[in-house]
Amino acid sequence: ERGHGPYQPHEPGYGLYQPGFSPYDDQIPEPESRMLSIQNAKAYLLKSSTTSGLNLYDHLANMLTKILDEQPTNAVDIIENISKDVKWAQFQKKMDTLRDEHEILPTFEAAEKRKSLFVKANGEGDEELEEEIGETALPNVMETAFYFEQAGIGLSKDESYHIFLALKKLVSAQPIQTCRFWGKILGLEMNYIIAEVQYHEGEEEEEETEEEEVTEEGGKELGEVEDEEEEKEKDDKPPESTYKPPPVIPREENGTGANKYVYFVCNEPGKPWVKLPSVTPAQIVCARQIKKFFTGRLDAPVVSFPPFPGNEANYLRAQIARISAGTQISPTGLYQFTEEEEDEEEEGGGGRDTYEENPDFQPLSVAEMVGSLSTWVHHTQSILKQGRCVWLNPFQKSEEEEEEEEEEEEKAEEPDALQQEIGPPLLTPLSEDEAIHNIPAWTAQSSTDLIPQYAVAILRSNRWPGAYAFASGRKFDNIYFGWGHKYSPENHTPALPPPVQAEYPSGPEITEMRDPTLEEELAFKAAREAALSADEEEEEEEGDEDDEEEEEDD
Amino acid sequence: MEAASLPAALELAAGGGEGLSPEKRAALGASLLLLQRDYRFERLWFWGCIQGVRGAYYIAEGLGPDRAAPRSRLYSLNGVEWSLLPPVTKEMVAQAEQLKGRFQGDPSFEYEYTEINAEDAERLLEDGNEPVIKEEARLVATVDQIDRAVGIVPRGAFVKTPLGSVHENRSFEGLSLMEAKKLSSYFHFTEPVNLKTKTLLEKADLDPSTDFLDSLEHDIPQGSWTVQLEKGGTVVVLRSLLWLGLTFYHVPMTKQYGYVYFGTGEKNFDLPFML
Repeated sequence: ERGHGPYQPHEPGYGLYQPGFSPYDDQIPEPESRMLSIQNAKAYLLKSSTTSGLNLYDHLANMLTKILDEQPTNAVDIIENISKDVKWAQFQKKMDTLRDEHEILPTFEAAEKRKSLFVKANGEGDEELEEEIGETALPNVMETAFYFEQAGIGLSKDESYHIFLALKKLVSAQPIQTCRFWGKILGLEMNYIIAEVQYHEGEEEEEETEEEEVTEEGGKELGEVEDEEEEKEKDDKPPESTYKPPPVIPREENGTGANKYVYFVCNEPGKPWVKLPSVTPAQIVCARQIKKFFTGRLDAPVVSFPPFPGNEANYLRAQIARISAGTQISPTGLYQFTEEEEDEEEEGGGGRDTYEENPDFQPLSVAEMVGSLSTWVHHTQSILKQGRCVWLNPFQKSEEEEEEEEEEEEKAEEPDALQQEIGPPLLTPLSEDEAIHNIPAWTAQSSTDLIPQYAVAILRSNRWPGAYAFASGRKFDNIYFGWGHKYSPENHTPALPPPVQAEYPSGPEITEMRDPTLEEELAFKAAREAALSADEEEEEEEGDEDDEEEEEDD
Repeated sequence: MEAASLPAALELAAGGGEGLSPEKRAALGASLLLLQRDYRFERLWFWGCIQGVRGAYYIAEGLGPDRAAPRSRLYSLNGVEWSLLPPVTKEMVAQAEQLKGRFQGDPSFEYEYTEINAEDAERLLEDGNEPVIKEEARLVATVDQIDRAVGIVPRGAFVKTPLGSVHENRSFEGLSLMEAKKLSSYFHFTEPVNLKTKTLLEKADLDPSTDFLDSLEHDIPQGSWTVQLEKGGTVVVLRSLLWLGLTFYHVPMTKQYGYVYFGTGEKNFDLPFML
């Protein structure tokens, strides 16, 4: 039997009977039908909605639970809002027992690295502490930064301090005698922070010899492929190539010339320091011809023409060598040549390449330092066109090449007469520097016009924009902040490919000529016969020989 | 960069090694305020410094109510006294493009043309002008060129009102870290060129109030901007490779941004070879 369930809106009797006043209220329904009606009611309530998937039963249960939990005032007035809130809460994530995981930004890792700079290494006893306070190879980066800041040059104080700490780490990790913050070179993806370092004597690690093989010039011989063919046909050998690659100029020894200092780089303070390989003359010569931005990764290839022998680490080292050779300057008189008994010959570079501090140096006033460029000198050797600081004749076979050079003036064995290259000697004043078009090589300024008593003399290089130097009393330093390229007023023109080489010498035997036409041949034959008959008339005795020559009819 | 936030901004943009000395900073802090008072600018931007051979020019730009209107430019040799530069004209830009080499540092220096077409020379002589160009004109033309080519702002920092004028967006809270690394989140703050050539499909995604400028994505040559995170990833620094010395900085999720130029004022024509 169907019980009197809740009336639907379309059924008669809907809304007529209020609770408590229904005509059937006094009748207690039978337990079974009551159960059935309860079940029907519950089944109806449990029916899921077609649009939202919720069902009324659960919704009412949730709502009532929420009301009983929260016990709001005037719940009946806000019942609709409560219903809406319960439905809305359906779409929110349920609370986990765990909290939300915070996004791990890459900035946090970087901050960790920088924080590690500030942590003192464990195991430092008191003895080491005293050593540090005494003479240390660590330069006072903040002091240098202060002087450069007077000219508006330099990184932010934070970064300078981070570099300071990173240098300290470097000095404690490697056996270093002197260390200097050389500068910062900007790159496309990352930048380079560079430290110039000199090892203690005798503590240098040996360079790997593999590097020299990699950096040989790329002139390949044409005749290499023909070894196999030679075995097969010994008679008919193709002509061998007579190409001899130009001799490889050996690089300078560590500690001299362009390799006087060792350079360490890192991308950011906190990252490990990487040692740059020594520079070879071939790399310097090639670096002069190309102009590429640095990417920031040391193993990136350098794609250029002429092809650079090496990767970005070599290119970086070559540029550092060029910049150092061109822009490391100091006040005149601060450095002097060591007093040794040497030949007084000025030719050749074998002489003066060492200098020492002059204890009797009297610093000049700032006005004098700024006024004229002759108060500054270069204290690094300039690099010759060959790519070395000290000229080396590559055709020389003997071992002690430099000394022999100075004595001999003529060399009998040279296939090419190589002129000895002479560069400006060490400690030349800046007034000798060439101007670029009509711009002087250096711009000198005083850091302030308002307070001349404490001014600092500042020099900016125009040939290598980004190279700066300051001097104040006995203190001076050089630094580089820039992209690592030379300034040229003209646009950079890349080298053209070399002209096509001649395959073979051309001569009459292989030169092609047009075959003679019939008329020409007949004319030729007629002319010859005319000459022949003239000869016969002259020499009637020798008639046999001429018969042989008449077989040329084609 | 905003003159008001000069000290903090200089710290953020100092990754390239160039900045201002404490003396100049202090001088600019005072003189820029007075400049704003005298010329009644609504906003005053410190544009940067162009290094000449004998001296340096410090440049400031003043903006009126419409930020996209042509700006007044001023220069100073010492950071204390400022002079207004003449407004830039097309002839000035054309003449300045022919000049090569460094700035001299003297505003009244006159460059002489070394190579000019015969037609140009005749035309100029007819007008009665001599074929010289003053360094002042070259300066204003260069500043204008740099602004047009590489003056950038983050997306959403400026809004265009329906009347056409451009204002700062007060609800701009900064780009997120992910957005800040992308070139498409930065706009050239000058009349758009590429915007009209976009297809209708692309334009449908744009919001006309904030996307009314060209983004950096389509700059030629590609790769003429470097995007780096400095200071351990807290500052996004964009450097232009076309005009070496222009640095743009932005701290993600904050309102700090700006660009400044410290350099020699020469375009890097070798860029395609260097990439």
